[in-house]
Amino acid sequence: MSGTKKLGLRQRYEHLTRGLDWETTYQPMDKVFPYDEFEGIKIKDWSAWEDPFRLTMDSYWKFQAEKERKLYAVLDSFAQNNGQTGISDGRYANVLKLFLTGISPEEYQAHRGFAFTGRHLRGAGARVACQMQSIDELRHIQTQIHTISHFNKYFNGIHDFSKMHDRVWYLSVPKSFFDDARTSGPFEFMIAIGFAFEYVLTNLLFVPFMSGAAYNGDMSTVTFGFSAQSDESRHMTLGIEVIKFLLEQHPDNLPIVQKWVDKWFWRGHRLLGIVAMMMDYMLPKKVMSWKEAWDIYFVEAGGALFQDLARYGLKMPKYHEIATAEAEHVSHQNWCTFYQYTHAANFHTWLPDNEHLDWLSEKYPNTFDKYYRPRFEMWGQMAKEGKRFYNNALVQLCQVCQIPMVYTEPGDPNTICFRETQFNGQRYHFCSDGCSDIFKNEPEKYVQAWLPVQQIFQGNCGGATIPEVLDWYGYKFGEDNFDYVGSPDEKLWNEWHADKIKAAS
Amino acid sequence: MAVIAIDKDYAAKTGPRDTRESYHGNIMVYVHWEEHLFFCATLAFPLPPAMPFGALVSEVIAPHYAAHPDAAHINWSNVEWMINGEKTKPDFNASLEANGIDHKSLIRFWTPGLHGETGH
Repeated sequence: MSGTKKLGLRQRYEHLTRGLDWETTYQPMDKVFPYDEFEGIKIKDWSAWEDPFRLTMDSYWKFQAEKERKLYAVLDSFAQNNGQTGISDGRYANVLKLFLTGISPEEYQAHRGFAFTGRHLRGAGARVACQMQSIDELRHIQTQIHTISHFNKYFNGIHDFSKMHDRVWYLSVPKSFFDDARTSGPFEFMIAIGFAFEYVLTNLLFVPFMSGAAYNGDMSTVTFGFSAQSDESRHMTLGIEVIKFLLEQHPDNLPIVQKWVDKWFWRGHRLLGIVAMMMDYMLPKKVMSWKEAWDIYFVEAGGALFQDLARYGLKMPKYHEIATAEAEHVSHQNWCTFYQYTHAANFHTWLPDNEHLDWLSEKYPNTFDKYYRPRFEMWGQMAKEGKRFYNNALVQLCQVCQIPMVYTEPGDPNTICFRETQFNGQRYHFCSDGCSDIFKNEPEKYVQAWLPVQQIFQGNCGGATIPEVLDWYGYKFGEDNFDYVGSPDEKLWNEWHADKIKAAS
Repeated sequence: MAVIAIDKDYAAKTGPRDTRESYHGNIMVYVHWEEHLFFCATLAFPLPPAMPFGALVSEVIAPHYAAHPDAAHINWSNVEWMINGEKTKPDFNASLEANGIDHKSLIRFWTPGLHGETGH
């Protein structure tokens, strides 16, 4: 092979993608790629696909291996130095419980979803990009498990995260979100996860968790965040390329893509409610309020993005103005829910103290004092009198997002938003017009929802009493659930800091 | 609109997971006390359809909402009821079914003069 010129990056990448692709002859191409037509998306010319990044496998392995070496060096040092004792407060560990049970399993679902699109899209360039993202996502869940497993040695509630993800009532919210995406066709999956989730909403998920970790002394989580960051920027460029490619290929694609953008924006907005609650209530040291994050990452950045996409005829997602109005309420409504169902949560809850209440009043001048502060103060008073409030009934769930029916009418924060429809003689209930529209577009899909409350009543979740159901979830009753104050987590934290506590008193 | 699926028989092969037959003779009933978001969400109960409406009030609704200070002051005779979206005066002696309550029905009620901790 003497005299061969070294190939440029573009050429090498084309050999990896187009060069390894061929027109099949033993079987027709339509049989080899059976999934890429039924959604109605029309692709005239796959060769017009612009590779969003050109990373060949050899450089991919090299970059990823380098990042892994750095990450595991940090994790080792965090463990050796008992980094868990240096976090801001024992309450912070509950953020990691929420992350490992609610978010990490979705990294795995994303891995499976991109493996599917990496097999079933007909264009080789898009397939290879999806395959790399699939491997990234698998790496993400792996590094998250490794990072948080250190905390599992000391804190309760994360010992069985994968089983919990499949069974626990509120974890059906993220699980059903990804189940919905993964049971869609390959193009809808790419818009749902590649564009709506990874491009439009990703900063609202990762910035709060990673900045939250940094503010609260958890350098191990910050490091897995950094380790994922360069992957995320590749995922974002893939997401934006997919939407532009579909819209450029055929005018008939626009209404289909718009419908998916509307749907997945709304589903994403509902899902991010747990991040909102985490930011406003669970971080002992606050980064910013959810409302501030929403304004920066959705109203400003998202607004600019959709202005850019307007040249293709794409509009802002339907109900975006309702979602923005809800940014004043969602974190409070969610934390009120977990506070009164603390016995059924796998993490600990607490009432905001006075300083925290004042912070919320300041960050939410339009809503907090009027609607939410009186509720927290009432519960605080009741707890003082030995009547800590637990809600002992089960709740009604939205058929689509599967969140308890806690959200209120647009413009009327004292009234729950009820929407109802009938399909094949059955009643179905929704929390919003957004969720109701999604159901009405594809009722046959959403009637199948595995709704945790319905399943408990039917006797499919371990028994009829709360302790039996929690046992089926994999909880250790009295350790994983209830308030932080009085928990084994708090006891351990106080033991670590006994000297400081003594010195302060 | 109909589902977009690769399998033409999708609808025939799938179905709901919460029809009345799966509830061992009960129906699932949703209840919500308006203006009291102290209780974060609408509550859900599996109940026998032959249960008298009065028993629903005294044995299910009243005890589950008892924690709120307003609960002790409810005058059940002037409560305003809405069943399946319609304002109505339920017959306390008749069954849930006879009062128009079926599987996954929603019952909302307002308590005049009692507007909760954020009432105006």
